Amino acid sequence: MNGAFDEIRGFSGPDAVRPEFEALTRWLTETPASELARRQQAAETMFRQLGITFAVYGEEEAAERIIPFDIVPRILTSREWKRLSAGLTQRVSALNAFLSDIYGKREILKSGLIPEQLILGNPQFRPEIVGSRPPHDVWAHICGIDLVRTGPDDFWVLEDNARTPSGVSYMLENREAMIRLCPELFQMFPVQPVDSYTDLLHETLKSVAPIGSGSDPVCVILTPGHYNSAYYEHSFLADTIGIELVEAADLEVDDDKVWMRTITGRVQVNVIYRRIDDDFLDPLVFRADSMLGVPGLISAYRAGNITIVNAPGTGISDDKAIYSYMPEIVRFYSGQDAILPNVQTFRCREADALAYTLDNLDKLVVKLVDGSGGYGMLVGPTASSTEIEKFRAALIAEPHRYISQPTLALSTVPTMTEKGVAPRHVDFRPYVLSQPDGVKLVPGGLTRVALREGSLVVNSSQGGGTKDSFILFDTGSGD
Amino acid sequence: MLSRAASCLYWLGRYIERAEFTSRLVEATLRLDALSAPEVGAKAWEDALVVLGQKEAFLATGAPLGQSAVTRFLTVDANNPGSVVCCLDAARDNAKAVRIALSRDAWSAINRAWLLFRGARNVGNNAAALELVEQAEIETRAFEGAIGRMLKNPSSIFVRLGAVIERADGIARLIDAKASCLPEDPFAVADVTVRDQWQMVLQAVSAINAYRWVYREGLKPAAVIDLLALRRELPRSLLACAEEAVTYLNMLGKFTGLQGEADRWARQRAILLKEAKIKHLMGGNLVSFLHDFMSSNLALDRAISRQFRFH
Repeated sequence: MNGAFDEIRGFSGPDAVRPEFEALTRWLTETPASELARRQQAAETMFRQLGITFAVYGEEEAAERIIPFDIVPRILTSREWKRLSAGLTQRVSALNAFLSDIYGKREILKSGLIPEQLILGNPQFRPEIVGSRPPHDVWAHICGIDLVRTGPDDFWVLEDNARTPSGVSYMLENREAMIRLCPELFQMFPVQPVDSYTDLLHETLKSVAPIGSGSDPVCVILTPGHYNSAYYEHSFLADTIGIELVEAADLEVDDDKVWMRTITGRVQVNVIYRRIDDDFLDPLVFRADSMLGVPGLISAYRAGNITIVNAPGTGISDDKAIYSYMPEIVRFYSGQDAILPNVQTFRCREADALAYTLDNLDKLVVKLVDGSGGYGMLVGPTASSTEIEKFRAALIAEPHRYISQPTLALSTVPTMTEKGVAPRHVDFRPYVLSQPDGVKLVPGGLTRVALREGSLVVNSSQGGGTKDSFILFDTGSGD
Repeated sequence: MLSRAASCLYWLGRYIERAEFTSRLVEATLRLDALSAPEVGAKAWEDALVVLGQKEAFLATGAPLGQSAVTRFLTVDANNPGSVVCCLDAARDNAKAVRIALSRDAWSAINRAWLLFRGARNVGNNAAALELVEQAEIETRAFEGAIGRMLKNPSSIFVRLGAVIERADGIARLIDAKASCLPEDPFAVADVTVRDQWQMVLQAVSAINAYRWVYREGLKPAAVIDLLALRRELPRSLLACAEEAVTYLNMLGKFTGLQGEADRWARQRAILLKEAKIKHLMGGNLVSFLHDFMSSNLALDRAISRQFRFH
């Protein structure tokens, strides 16, 4: 895409380097291409040996692939990060207040700000848990907020992920790889460390344990199992935190308490960081055919004996139609305007928006309200006419399932390609943790990069890669 | 430690050992077949299937009972759950489910063995088959070595416990299948035809040199059985396996602070083996002794499952 903002070189191409990042440009030109290529190769070997793989759904043999890693970092200044973290804290606090409200008093519905039907008729709304509160009234303990950028000060929230956001292991492993492969960059730039994330995560899990769990509550990670595409991350987190990685079969509910089966008998569990969706949590309450769930879990939850991270029902805030109300939601609960704006969004459930969308399919991005991973999405400007017609039919048939957004000129970052270093579009997913006493962040996140020239789709399942994200210390140089 | 993790590690140990034992048995049978008359060769393949408890399953495939079909069935046949490739599949599956409990070396040995077999569909001729099983043995030995270098914590102990239970079962079945080849005087040096059979038994547990060191005399069937069943010096003997099982359960007991029926079974079995005399076994009691041992091995396996709540 022409005219996109390059985060290192600014708006005007190679000659207009942002002065604060001049060192990176110099590093890119002074390091021989063969050396950069060698390091790029070494990164790949490292990830393969560590077994940092993911499975791509729908591929034969459930191929185990590694996500391509690019050694050129994306850099954010301390000033940029301060604004982002203020915006993220504000947004995630509002999300928690919103979730507490819609499963409780429903003030926001009474105010008429959001159509009741959009909440109560939403497949991600869980009437089964209305009236029960998670311990400490924290709902979305771990959020991944997807941000995009179009200019020096123009950051936008593209999506909220409050269900079970993944990718944080890449943030940590990418940093490890960079320290080993490009140590000189850490001398050029004062990079804030990210490795405290796992401690912060453990602290978060312990902080939300039900009252009466004792000083050292038992926390576990619940995985669907080793066939899941994110299994590596589940085992990585359990290993780094030093807690058990359990499957549903390891847990049982008795007397509304949750127990795990160990070789010395059963041990009561206080906090479950679940990496499975609500639908599969408890076959007695949600999908009866779930083999991944723990019968009785929701009953234990209602009795206040277990903390489920994130709480059941939080998935509703991932809905892209609800996303479109986030500016109102933030204002309703915080009394302030959102620091981080939304991308303009047309809700196709509304007649005018649908008409506009249908008229401009070749210019817009169309998304399923409950889609994720880059599945079920139309990027108008690069789509074939067949794809556009397919979406047109789908939109007319079920308009309420879609939203549309203008195609943004996503920022780029220099990236290793077969033809040398070239700009590629990126997004950014910081991880936001909520504890009873407030929101916590580590200075970092996952930068995803669309490796194909011109592509705007960064999802790993669609040929995206990742980069390390440097957040710089404030060195007092005015930035 | 999670019961499921313990169970995965235990079965990982069993499956790797089963893959190794099957590979060794195929290798020893290939050699016996190459050395002997055609009818002895055919009988050798039948024996191999009996040792592994897979005769019925093989006959059901309708393939002719001979070197190429049996080798294929036992090594690369993805439809035979007892084949080396399926054992490695199962081992890798268990390993993946508990991979944070394993060292990187142990994991990569399993992964290499698995990759080696994943591509193989047919074994080809005798030489190619020999090469494949030899490579499988190398990787499974590398795994054993990696487990040996791991911390002596419950993770590695469960793997070893699984391995010795599986090994004891294999050795007992092997002797049992060859019991019909005992000559009238098993204490005398065996004549040529009988000798090949017992040579093969030694080969299957890589104990040919060990035999020479311990007995320093020609091959006597009774001495082979003595070595494989009752001699502590041979690390793969029934007695060594039984005593190792006691040791591992003791170590687990120290970690968990608990002992139970598995410990009792294991101790009882070790005492029986320690007290057994080769003269007594050769006096017509061998088969019943082996069958009792196999049932006690099964009982111990069940007791371990219960004691550590595998299910």
